[in-house]
Amino acid sequence: MKDIHSFLCSPAESTHRHGPNDRIVMSSRVRLARNLRDAAFPGWAKKPERVKVWETIQPAVSALPEMADSFAEAMDNLTALDKQILVERHLISREHAAKNVGSGVVLNHDETFCVMINEEDHLRMQALRPGFQIREAWQAIDRLDSGLEKKLNFAFDNELGYLTACPTNLGTGIRVSSMLHLPGLVLAEQINPIVQSVNKLGLAVRGLYGEGTEALGNVFQVSNQMTLGESETVIVERLEKVMAQIIEHEENARQTLLEKKPKVVFNHIGRAYGVLANAHSISSKETMNLLSLMRLGVDLELFPGAHRGLIDELFLMTQPAHLQKSLSDKLSAEERDLVRADMVRDRLKNVSRPVTKPPGSAAN
Amino acid sequence: MSAKKICSVCKEKPATVFLTNISADNKVQAMDLCDDCAKAKGVNDPATFGTADLLFGLGAAQGLDAAAGGAELKCSRCGFSQADFKKSGRLGCPECYRTFAEGLSGLLKTMHKGVRHVGKAPEALRQTRENVDRLKTLQKKLAKAVEEENYEAAATLRDEIKNLSGAAPAKSR
Repeated sequence: MKDIHSFLCSPAESTHRHGPNDRIVMSSRVRLARNLRDAAFPGWAKKPERVKVWETIQPAVSALPEMADSFAEAMDNLTALDKQILVERHLISREHAAKNVGSGVVLNHDETFCVMINEEDHLRMQALRPGFQIREAWQAIDRLDSGLEKKLNFAFDNELGYLTACPTNLGTGIRVSSMLHLPGLVLAEQINPIVQSVNKLGLAVRGLYGEGTEALGNVFQVSNQMTLGESETVIVERLEKVMAQIIEHEENARQTLLEKKPKVVFNHIGRAYGVLANAHSISSKETMNLLSLMRLGVDLELFPGAHRGLIDELFLMTQPAHLQKSLSDKLSAEERDLVRADMVRDRLKNVSRPVTKPPGSAAN
Repeated sequence: MSAKKICSVCKEKPATVFLTNISADNKVQAMDLCDDCAKAKGVNDPATFGTADLLFGLGAAQGLDAAAGGAELKCSRCGFSQADFKKSGRLGCPECYRTFAEGLSGLLKTMHKGVRHVGKAPEALRQTRENVDRLKTLQKKLAKAVEEENYEAAATLRDEIKNLSGAAPAKSR
């Protein structure tokens, strides 16, 4: 049996991928919810039925051509730390991490596909892509779904479409989402009106880890809420339009901030660098919020020579489970804060303090 | 912008009740209802109203109660009851959608863009799905033809329906 840690790619590999507009769009994802026609939904099924569903679905998923190089594991064979690492990679939901016997996961090596089995539905299959690529993600998961429907009998109704445990996912069972880094809109205090107008369009704005989480590190997840009565393509196209507008607003906010309030911007970024490069104890929350400002600094070319990938790698490496995994001993939260600060100081030692005028800012 | 708002439930009558619900995690949800739908949803006193209730509790449970005619409705396949739905906001199995269809229809209207699926269908069912759609149209036309005493057209339509309903089950798996 393969070990999940030798299977997963390194944090460096995971965070140095590139996609269109990845300055602002960190990643794109499309997930489809599917259920077997002849079984109770996971939340209502008894343990033996859930195990049977897992045993039916897992081999079918693993045999797909897209999953040729994949890893499959039952949740009860994963430690709490393993599960948390998958959550920090955004491969499984926090709800799924809480599951045990009868649930499991199938994922491929380059983190482009991840299938959760017996989460809220029998199948939650996701395609993930770096940057702004929701259309590509939809096409990829559409193909995977078409391959799978040849082997499994999905619950489908002529009127209601794909039947899901929760009526909110009924119909297409699709959730299209992107993870957006929006420090400009937050600093310019324009984020709330943007969130409100996005909500008015029937889209949800959530925090870093989805439903009910806060927007740590100025990272926001935008996704559709309605799944019935509109085709997948229409939903994907609407999301594309809205995201393109948010990207434009973020770019404008950054530009305006630099023109009207350069001192505010330099102050935030300079202080973030100061703390990260010199702290000896730091929480994961503070790290994320400060790394977000440094990421903005890299985008604004205030750190010549520094790469965004380094910031993104630290963003992942400093989260509790990833940090714990890099150590041999089990640490307390306080001890982790010390180790985290050491790691960040070390990785930033070759990054010089920020310049105060981005090169070519006048021309822009 | 100045156009009159239409009830977001029945999508017909003008809205007179405007509700904005802010949940604990600061999610804002606005809903416009007409008098009748507001009453039907039990929104007589906005002070006691919560969107979550409307979505998963109150409204749904009332709808399901009504559908059951007072007696508790249970899914014959999985034993899931309306009380279970009120508790979790989730259904028990695919068959539950048929069991609780009546109570769910109002709920789905408030939740989604439409109440009929548009988009992908499993390949094996796609043909059946198209046939079902055509059958419905033909049956409507037939009823109209009979009503208008246009028996010639009715005979042609009846034959078409016969052919189609003969073909549909053969093609589905």
